[in-house]
Amino acid sequence: MTAATVAILTSPPSLPRIARRVLPGFGLTLGLTLVYLSLVVLIPLSAVFIKAGSLPLGELWNIVSAPRVVASYRLTFGASLLAAAINTVFGFMLAWSLVRYNFPGKRLVDALVDLPFALPTAVAGIALAALYAGNGWIGSLLAPLGLKVAFTPLGVLVALVFIGIPFVVRTVQPVLEELEIELEEAAASLGAQRGQTFRRVLLPLLLPALMTGFALAFARAVGEYGSVIFIAGNIPMVSEITPLIIITKLEQYDFQGATAVAGVMLVFSFAMLLVINLLQAWSAKRTGRGR
Amino acid sequence: MSIQVENISKSFGTFAALYGVSLDFPTGELVALLGPSGCGKTTLLRVIAGLETADAGRVILDGEDASDTHVRERQVGFVFQHYALFRHLTVFENVAFGLRVRPRRNRPSADEISRRVHRLLDLVQMDPLADRFPPQLSGGQRQRIALARALAVEPRVLLLDEPFGALDAQVRKELRRWLRRLHDELHVTSLFVTHDQEEALEVADRVVLMNRGQVEQVGTPAQIYEHPATPFVYGFLGAVNCFRGRVEGAHVRVGEARLPHDGQVDIQGAAVVGFARPHDLQVVTDLAAANGVDAIVSRVHAFGASVRVELDSLEGAADRGEPAHYEVVMPRERAVSLTEGQRVKLVPAQLRVFADQAA
Repeated sequence: MTAATVAILTSPPSLPRIARRVLPGFGLTLGLTLVYLSLVVLIPLSAVFIKAGSLPLGELWNIVSAPRVVASYRLTFGASLLAAAINTVFGFMLAWSLVRYNFPGKRLVDALVDLPFALPTAVAGIALAALYAGNGWIGSLLAPLGLKVAFTPLGVLVALVFIGIPFVVRTVQPVLEELEIELEEAAASLGAQRGQTFRRVLLPLLLPALMTGFALAFARAVGEYGSVIFIAGNIPMVSEITPLIIITKLEQYDFQGATAVAGVMLVFSFAMLLVINLLQAWSAKRTGRGR
Repeated sequence: MSIQVENISKSFGTFAALYGVSLDFPTGELVALLGPSGCGKTTLLRVIAGLETADAGRVILDGEDASDTHVRERQVGFVFQHYALFRHLTVFENVAFGLRVRPRRNRPSADEISRRVHRLLDLVQMDPLADRFPPQLSGGQRQRIALARALAVEPRVLLLDEPFGALDAQVRKELRRWLRRLHDELHVTSLFVTHDQEEALEVADRVVLMNRGQVEQVGTPAQIYEHPATPFVYGFLGAVNCFRGRVEGAHVRVGEARLPHDGQVDIQGAAVVGFARPHDLQVVTDLAAANGVDAIVSRVHAFGASVRVELDSLEGAADRGEPAHYEVVMPRERAVSLTEGQRVKLVPAQLRVFADQAA
């Protein structure tokens, strides 16, 4: 009886209540974010398509499917995928040794990982070209083995591997640090061999981070220009990357052609990132964290 | 299966976690390793499991020296405080893990694995949740899965590291009763680490009380509680009132007061420390009584069947060897006359004395 009376007395008036947010400034921050994103990202990107769209469809197709351009797609996306894959493997190993072990100079190695981020890409490109050229330090060692790195697709790969390292290391490292050692102890106490523990416990838990690292390294490699052009040699049909094709077209005042090729790259990159994101969502769900 | 440890020592850097520990755990018992944090109980458990290597000493499982055996060959089930479940695997797969990683020749068939996992899940009352992932479970449910996972490999011993430490009070009590019943069904030699004396006394067949890397006392819960072997054990098991003084015949002189004692130390004039449990202290309202220390009632907690009374000493208690505060428990009917601020005398019905190491 008393409880009911109290409930009636304290029940709110029947006016609809406006939900109040605890954090202020939602409208302002969201508005600013959208304006900023539009100015910096959306408008430039749509300009690419608008410019390219001013071409007649047949001509557009001719430009983007010219053999020289197609060869450059193959090189850019192929080398980027391969470089991202290589970086995923070795970046994982690097992150593993940085997290799991203590060794002298660990902090120095940790700092070195970020160097490809910080270094101006042209500097990296010149350094790599000088090293791997036939008369460079490394190039002269590889030449007797019949291996040519500079001015070949292999050189492009080397440059892309170089710039992609930090992405994998820096995405895997924090996840690895948070993995409890108890998981491995539990697996061992249940009789699992080291390899089984790695394959059945560690790898599935690290997979989302590895895929994020892969996606970032890949995205960066596709757009890379500065460090590649020096070592690539830019031989048409062989070692010419798509960003260089765009630059070449721009230098010839072929703006429409340049934007057409750029549009193709954009669509490709979007598609690839979409696939990777879907894979990530799937694996996050599988590890029980996608709730 | 029996477990023996002989002269186990282990240090981490300059910190000695275990110092010459020797113990014998008989087959089929549920034993609690009890002690304050940092006393080495978890380290001892991990040494027995093989997750930690002792600097010296031997671990003997079932009569065989297992000191150099890797954890994966020791056939011990280990349950972690924070469960350590594989969050990317379902409850079913977590429990099946230990069977699936066996070498092909000892691996049960898929049907056999499924049958055994479901039987274990039934045992821990979790079968309906077999397809869930660990993050979708409550703490108590996760710990039961962790236990089922450890049992799946048919361990020779079960080791539990603070198994209820991360759970809230209600679930804790429920789970420890459940663990006791489970042990009575399975009779696997089990060791569990805890810092909660109530948990240890309530669940275990036998309690090993540890302090600073050494064993203080081993015994049944009743033995440990009724006959503490050292001042540390006395102080660790529940609330206690502690006096310092000197032996004078059948009494201990604490400041001006005389308290009867149990005669364990009968050297005249020896410095002793005496302990009385809250229910061993009697409150005397007659201030002219011959024995007893003076105190002032500060609070009377009158709920439940018995009444808990807090008292303060008179000024200068530390110089006289009295504690600053007392805690007394008495039946309700005896407490009705007490009022806060009243001056009384306290007489121990039983005062356990030990030679005072500090004096």
